[in-house]
Amino acid sequence: MRVALFLTCVNDTLYPDTGRAVVKLLTRLGVEVDFPMAQTCCGQAHYNTGYRHEAEPLARHFSDVFGEYEAIVTPSGSCGAMVRELYPRMGERARAEGRGNSLATTLAPVVPKTYELTEFLVDVLGVTDVGAYYPHKVTYHPTCHGLRGLGLGDRPRRLLQAVKGLELAELPGAEECCGFGGTFALKNSDVSAAMGADKVRNAASTGAEVLCAADNSCLMHIGGTMARLSTGMRPVHIAEILASTEEEPAV
Amino acid sequence: MSGTYLGMPAFPKAAHEAVHDATLRGNLRHATHTIRAKRAKAVAEVSDWDALREAGKRIKDHTLRHLDRYLVQLEASVTAAGGTVHWAADADEANRIVADLVRATGESEVVKVKSMTTQEIGLNEALEAEGIRAYETDLAELIVQLGRDRPSHILVPAIHRNRGEIRDIFRKEMSEWGRPAPEGLTDTPAELAEAARLHLREKFLRAKVGISGANFMVAETGTLVVVESEGNGRMCLTLPETLISVVGIEKILPTWQDLEVFLQTLPRSSTAERMNPYTTMWTGTTDGDGPSTFHLVLLDNGRTDTLADEVGRQALRCIRCSACLNVCPVYERAGGHAYGSVYPGPIGAILSPQLRGVTSEIDASLPYASSLCGACYEVCPVAIDIPEVLVHLRERVVEGGQVTSNGNKVVLKPAKGHAAERAAMRAARWAFSRPGALRAGQRLVSRSRRLHPRSLPGPGKAWSGTRDLPAVPKEPFRDWWQRTNGGMDGKGAAK
Amino acid sequence: MSSRERILGRVRRALADVRQDEPSYDQAVPRDYLREHGDRSVGETVDLLAENLADYRAVVHRCTAEDLAATIAGMLAARGAKTVLVPRGLDLEWLQATDAERIADRAESTAHELDQVDSVVTACAVAVAETGTIVLDGGPDQGRRRITLVPDHHICVVRVPDQVVSSVPQALERLDPGLPLTWISGPSATSDIELDRVEGVHGPRTLEVVLVGGQSSADVTS
Repeated sequence: MRVALFLTCVNDTLYPDTGRAVVKLLTRLGVEVDFPMAQTCCGQAHYNTGYRHEAEPLARHFSDVFGEYEAIVTPSGSCGAMVRELYPRMGERARAEGRGNSLATTLAPVVPKTYELTEFLVDVLGVTDVGAYYPHKVTYHPTCHGLRGLGLGDRPRRLLQAVKGLELAELPGAEECCGFGGTFALKNSDVSAAMGADKVRNAASTGAEVLCAADNSCLMHIGGTMARLSTGMRPVHIAEILASTEEEPAV
Repeated sequence: MSGTYLGMPAFPKAAHEAVHDATLRGNLRHATHTIRAKRAKAVAEVSDWDALREAGKRIKDHTLRHLDRYLVQLEASVTAAGGTVHWAADADEANRIVADLVRATGESEVVKVKSMTTQEIGLNEALEAEGIRAYETDLAELIVQLGRDRPSHILVPAIHRNRGEIRDIFRKEMSEWGRPAPEGLTDTPAELAEAARLHLREKFLRAKVGISGANFMVAETGTLVVVESEGNGRMCLTLPETLISVVGIEKILPTWQDLEVFLQTLPRSSTAERMNPYTTMWTGTTDGDGPSTFHLVLLDNGRTDTLADEVGRQALRCIRCSACLNVCPVYERAGGHAYGSVYPGPIGAILSPQLRGVTSEIDASLPYASSLCGACYEVCPVAIDIPEVLVHLRERVVEGGQVTSNGNKVVLKPAKGHAAERAAMRAARWAFSRPGALRAGQRLVSRSRRLHPRSLPGPGKAWSGTRDLPAVPKEPFRDWWQRTNGGMDGKGAAK
Repeated sequence: MSSRERILGRVRRALADVRQDEPSYDQAVPRDYLREHGDRSVGETVDLLAENLADYRAVVHRCTAEDLAATIAGMLAARGAKTVLVPRGLDLEWLQATDAERIADRAESTAHELDQVDSVVTACAVAVAETGTIVLDGGPDQGRRRITLVPDHHICVVRVPDQVVSSVPQALERLDPGLPLTWISGPSATSDIELDRVEGVHGPRTLEVVLVGGQSSADVTS
């Protein structure tokens, strides 16, 4: 099976380790991974900040780049939700604005074949034990767009529970937002920071070394807060845990 | 809306105060977390919740899409049952109608059932200006009125007050308004409730005019419904000779049967009860039982403007349960006052900018008062996609465009203060449309990585005041991918 | 232009996108939710009513028709009630064992006068098991709405199983919207202090419900 990795602009620029981990993990599971070099950004930040019309060319570009692949895999719940939930809505809105079906038709092909990483593993590949080894105490934060947008449910937890050596600690208030919210983190920084601090305190109360999530944007906010509060915990993307093996352990 | 809220600072500024108020944070956290768990339990008891939620949504949508027809039908049913129907296009007109009706009775005081609509129009202040005193009788509204405070929650307007603060307000203020607080009043909730009972009883027993809103109005029968807990509603709805109900035009349900959906979803979403203690349903007037005169004031006040927006109109499905406030992480930390409206929380963030427009500083900031986490949508008993409407209103703020205001179509200019953001979004779109430009930018960032601080000065403090910046990697992923042939070359093998 | 015409005009212009061939009300509203929750026998439904009434702090008694007068007399005596309000059409046999003074439900009585009465005894129109609710419709054996509001002690008699339904939808089917209706689920309460429930505010602070039937005379919760 040959899939396209939609890494997302944030991961490409700031978190290349997550990209390498996805490639390593999927390759280990027998999947041929391609990284279309023309990929850029799904347009989520534009859309969610109120610049839907600026997001439209980015969505069209996404469709041009990924349209021909069998499946598109992304290690981001929120960018996955952008394609799956919001691309159809963008098409509808363009239609309601009297701009015809062109946008909806252009975006339609990528919508059903875009998968968040844990969804792809569990639903498409049908695996929960990916042969990973990660001898650390970990707590898992379900990010909002993955949890409520894509409905990832317990897939990430099932994957983590199957990891050898990993001790999973329950995160109190797990389903509460960490306070990132894209431009919300800047526009309402006081509230965002207060939410982040509460999330980090809850995480620290578990005694885990690592807080794991399926979205690096949220982890950037949580991790930045952890560093500032000197908790000694660190944020790790779930792909990096699942890619870790006894032969080649992640640190 | 009420003049009380004019000149409110933008949301982030108002929230700044709240976030750093430890007592307020504690009060809100305690109350919202208590009710959250209870709501989840009350909802879980009902196996067909999703079907009830869908039916509620569909009933409301259908009604809104044929609102003219149902309004006319309701008017006929209420009139046939002995009521008088008035129409008010805005707050001023509604206040004038009510003041005239009260004056015609010769009375100079009224008792009120808790009503969001009359708060929205600032009725108490308008009556005061006419020499008519309005007594709030809901316990939380009483706390707010006695404390010369503003409501901060739809269901529990005094949620920002803890029991100790309530006791202090009762001790200090009750004597100004009537029967003083009992000697030695403590802060136990039962004693506080008893103090309110004694204080308000004399007002109920002598009241000649009652003023209410309504949770529902049934078009086919002309029935109005008020859902409550304390019995103050029953007092105001049945003891006075004259009853005046001010109700938003969106509160209509087509049929009697429709109540079977909302009487199941509202109490469980709101107070997390199987059923609230008291529900009063009345159809016009009844000889010898309850008020002999009944007036219904149907209020627009921005509702038809909201109805004209195909995305935003879903906000009119709201049944004011407040479940969205109780689960909202932003509300929990910012408190209700920061929203600058009688409608706080997620629903307020989409209602106020539609009812009032997005031209004031506070209204233009409300659509951003959310991390778009979606918890509000998940609990909404009429499935209002609040994040969808928030994003839609952000678009209205930054792009402007055609909106309806006071029934007229007008073209809104993009809001000021977003110029830099708009330029940045355009620049990002330009770069993201050209992979080469993106790559050049990424390389610039990577090569200068040693120069990047963990904190930023100036506007960058919005992030780095509380959070470290992420470390910049030595090369972006795409460079690694190309350099190592997707990790297949021995040296840079994926690991 | 009147405000009526102005508002209706605005509504119509706002709905310009609504097409003539939209689904009708019946087509637009799915009714695939349940008519009642769970599958219970008649006896179990009555038990559930008792359980849910008690859960919201109503005091529940069960007795047979023969024991009813004695049961009511006992409740009034335990309360120390000297006066009791009586709706016009109440079955007078229910009160034959009490020596509390009977006060008639009269149109002329003022609220202050009602406030001096200790207790009120009524029947009901229907009771809802799933929610622990009794509904009054102002019928002759229930009286004007205010008589069950101002006195601090309300005794409500429910004939079981005839007057008991399982669910809210079933209750609405039995009720006449033209009548003034009061749905009561436990004594008055408030959640206004820290969102915690406290019983006893303006309505009767004590609600006693008598489930009267032929089966048993044991008090289940009292």
